[in-house]
Amino acid sequence: MAFWRSDDRQYSGFAKLLHWLTALTVVGMFALGLWMMELSYYDSWYRTAPDIHKSIGIALVMVTALRLVYKFVMPQPGALPGHSPLVRVAAKVVHSVIYLLLLVMFVSGYLITTAKGDSLVVFGGYLEIPSVFSGVDNLEDKAGEVHEIVAFTLIGLAVLHALAALKHHFIDRDDTLLRMIRRSRG
Amino acid sequence: MKKRIAGVMAAVVLSTAAHVQAADYAIDKQGAHAFVQFRVQHLGYSWLYGRFNNFDGTFTFDEKDPAKNKVEVTIDVTSIDSNHAERDKHLRSEDFLNTAKFPKATFVSTSYKPTGEDTAELTGDLTLHGVTKPVTIEVEHIGMGDDPWGGYRAGFEGRATIKPAEWGIGMAKLGPASEEVELFLTVEGIRKGK
Repeated sequence: MAFWRSDDRQYSGFAKLLHWLTALTVVGMFALGLWMMELSYYDSWYRTAPDIHKSIGIALVMVTALRLVYKFVMPQPGALPGHSPLVRVAAKVVHSVIYLLLLVMFVSGYLITTAKGDSLVVFGGYLEIPSVFSGVDNLEDKAGEVHEIVAFTLIGLAVLHALAALKHHFIDRDDTLLRMIRRSRG
Repeated sequence: MKKRIAGVMAAVVLSTAAHVQAADYAIDKQGAHAFVQFRVQHLGYSWLYGRFNNFDGTFTFDEKDPAKNKVEVTIDVTSIDSNHAERDKHLRSEDFLNTAKFPKATFVSTSYKPTGEDTAELTGDLTLHGVTKPVTIEVEHIGMGDDPWGGYRAGFEGRATIKPAEWGIGMAKLGPASEEVELFLTVEGIRKGK
């Protein structure tokens, strides 16, 4: 069952799917976020773009929750034998911080909308997430600043993460990148 | 017991006598008997209402000599509240009030001209968004007198219409119907001292 189970040679199909879906979503959400901030009040996307941004965000929360459960339930491929202790630690730290920043993005994004008690309404009104934390003065501004700063930090780390993968592939010529892109063999 | 009643009566008489002279008042911020509100048209289809939650100020009111009447109010612009977090965040941003750079607004009166028995034109300098410009507020004196708790109060309601663009606030992006903002200033002051 290569789709569900990872082995030491490569990540499972499911792990790959979640990883690349997240990568695509994070980059897309960053671009969408920057673009929607510049829309004028009379732009036809002025209301729709933030709605889409919120819905994709909540979908990513769900995917990430599933991903974390999967990560802890199913064994992950270990570090490649050729990786030095420093590389192992660095990779571990970057991966953990990326997860942490994703969490900060989820919470801060949610707070921008719900800071004054409004619900976060997504998926065209099919899901309404209530406000659970409000009453702090100008919380929406603080949450907005965190959301913006952490978005840039997250993209910076993602670039670092990608560069490290390319370094493993082209300079070290090891399997680090391949085991996340190669087709699983049944 | 009789003595105490006499004392209270004397105090009432004295305070009644005192209020005909010029008196300084502090806006009853703590008891929230004062409001700084605004409304602006949305697309020309409806009115949007909002308010500033934090402000403070004082005024002088002289029934005999209106020339002595004056008002000074400081508004915490960051406390803007239109009952919608996303909109308030946008209103505070550089697109509108830029509260990070200009957190305070002030109004300092320069003249008070009675226009009727209980009405007047209050002119003063409004500093907002780092720009100071004169505005004229139509004032109505609602009432004044002893309160039930040993104090003395006077209340006014002011209305003014401003074009925020004159203070450098970019309202044009909201469309032609939203150029003007109406301000409603409701203050009840508690007389200072005796």
